Amino acid sequence: MTLETHLRAVREGGRTALVPYVTGGITESWTDLLAAYEAAGADAIEIGLPFSDPMLDGVTIQEASDRSLARGTTVESILSDLAGISVGIPLIAMTYANLALRDGFCARLRAAGVVALVVPDVPLDEVSDLERSAAAAGVELVLLAAPSTPPAKLPEIATRSRGFLYAISRMGTTGEAGELAESATVLADAIRNATDLPVLVGFGVSTPAHAVHAARHADGVVVASTLMRALLDGATPSEVGARVAAMRTALDTMAP
Amino acid sequence: MRDAPAVDRIRAGQMAEPSTAGRFGGFGGRFVPESLVPACQEVERAFREAWADPRFRGQLDRLLAGYAGRPTALTPAWRLSGDLGITLLLKREDLAHTGSHKINNVLGQALLARRMGKTRLIAETGAGQHGVATATAAALLGMRATVFMGQRDIERQALNVFRMEMLGAEVVPVTSGSRTLKDSCNEAMRHWVGAVEDSYYCIGSVMGPHPYPWMVREFQRVIGDEARTQCATELPAAVPDYVVACVGGGSNAAGTFAGFVDTSARLIGVEAAGGAAMTDGAVGVLHGFRSRVLQDDQGQIAEAHSVAAGLDYPGIGPEHAHLGELGRATYVTVGDDEVVAAVHRLARSEGILCALESAHAVAWVIRAAESGELPPGATVLLTLSGRGDKDMSALMELA
Repeated sequence: MTLETHLRAVREGGRTALVPYVTGGITESWTDLLAAYEAAGADAIEIGLPFSDPMLDGVTIQEASDRSLARGTTVESILSDLAGISVGIPLIAMTYANLALRDGFCARLRAAGVVALVVPDVPLDEVSDLERSAAAAGVELVLLAAPSTPPAKLPEIATRSRGFLYAISRMGTTGEAGELAESATVLADAIRNATDLPVLVGFGVSTPAHAVHAARHADGVVVASTLMRALLDGATPSEVGARVAAMRTALDTMAP
Repeated sequence: MRDAPAVDRIRAGQMAEPSTAGRFGGFGGRFVPESLVPACQEVERAFREAWADPRFRGQLDRLLAGYAGRPTALTPAWRLSGDLGITLLLKREDLAHTGSHKINNVLGQALLARRMGKTRLIAETGAGQHGVATATAAALLGMRATVFMGQRDIERQALNVFRMEMLGAEVVPVTSGSRTLKDSCNEAMRHWVGAVEDSYYCIGSVMGPHPYPWMVREFQRVIGDEARTQCATELPAAVPDYVVACVGGGSNAAGTFAGFVDTSARLIGVEAAGGAAMTDGAVGVLHGFRSRVLQDDQGQIAEAHSVAAGLDYPGIGPEHAHLGELGRATYVTVGDDEVVAAVHRLARSEGILCALESAHAVAWVIRAAESGELPPGATVLLTLSGRGDKDMSALMELA
């Protein structure tokens, strides 16, 4: 089953897709987070493949990436860690162009069981090469739209995006936020007007209330920095999982 | 060997506009988050309009002449030429206002930013020369300026930090990654995502997403155009045998080469041995463009190391990667020791204290002349991109 089929089924089941994130290799036992997320009711998991120069990441994911790289993490080591475990929900890789455009990258992801890929510094106008190699490898390449994206461009982004369409909530980098940006719901509404593809909101979805707010306008949320901040500050995988569970509960019990 | 007509085609066709996708051959492009695509497109539209507008060109020319001190001199390096058995001409960008070629680009971009209705300039800086130039242009045009500078560079270039602050700019220390130029580029880019409404990202070299590599080269081509005219009166053959410039991102080299790419001159870009993207890099994507980049076998960006902070950049402008691939320009490296020796030698023989960055070009000429790689009697145009005042404390530590 493709990620897109899976997320459409989640939507048809009346559920909001919850996609927590982990920086691959951030700790020795980072794959424990995958199990914790799955147990907490995640619908898919985004795995960051750390890059030395993450242009669209704020301080938390930068710190998480640096910590992981300092442990000697490589794309290969993350993928081989994945080979040893079994996860029942789709895995999505997130990384930057310099890693994603290397020969054979998409095929290696697929071989490790990763079904989709998000590359924030490859916009629609530059996507052709990566689109081809992802399609050839059977990896769904998720495209992104931002608050600054002209509405007229959304249909083409939606047509070429696979899996879902990633709505960047605000004009800024990843990172925890006090409240969900107004631009998040405006963009999600505009995308929904342009396409039937599932829309997930990410960047600054930090609390169950943010998730619920976003869910009123989108099909799901991606939650990253708030979880990595907790982990960096010493939380255990089960404590981080509990945060995901709290979001799950809030999403499942939100008033229609 | 390429046959002569092919070489002529390479010469004639190069250093014009990139493709509509911002490509120089297979290099360049616009690898930025979707969030920044409209801002890059806005810069491109504005630059195309302005560059075709005689009023804008006139404004810029007046500032370059009356404010920046252009044209800069072409100085024959008499004594060094005699020692080396060649004819060495120095294009004196060190004499431009603020002490380097950076002002050429910054005046162009700041005028453009003002024309676009922006009120604030954002910039990255390594050695601080581009930061100082940006702070200067902002003061001149009544704009605000925020300069991102790696913490390590702030420590190495305290004088330039103070200069920027004197000029009214805010200097933001960058503590991520290697805390040098590449990280200040990341941080400036991140900041720009959240500030595109009122802020203009003034990139300091022929790098970044389209249209920056092209636009910055166009703003710097004044170096090459002037030098071409000056060489025509200075040299019997009108065109030098060699055109040499240092390369970090490569803006002074790009501007210089642009004036000679259609001639028989051999174009030589000199990189720092510890930051030689052309020699040691692999094709990759960094800071919004595809080029040659220093990286490890996993694709993580490597740190560049040079005595010259302005050359501590792991990438190189995409057009250089293209010119190198075509064979129209040649890229060579020199080490820190040769560079420091070259600063001393130029100072003692010509009374010119050049920047450590510029001394890379000098060091290669000295080495090539002494080894015979430069034939006796060769004529060489060398762009001296900046003056060395900023490097005195670094040189004192080495002395």
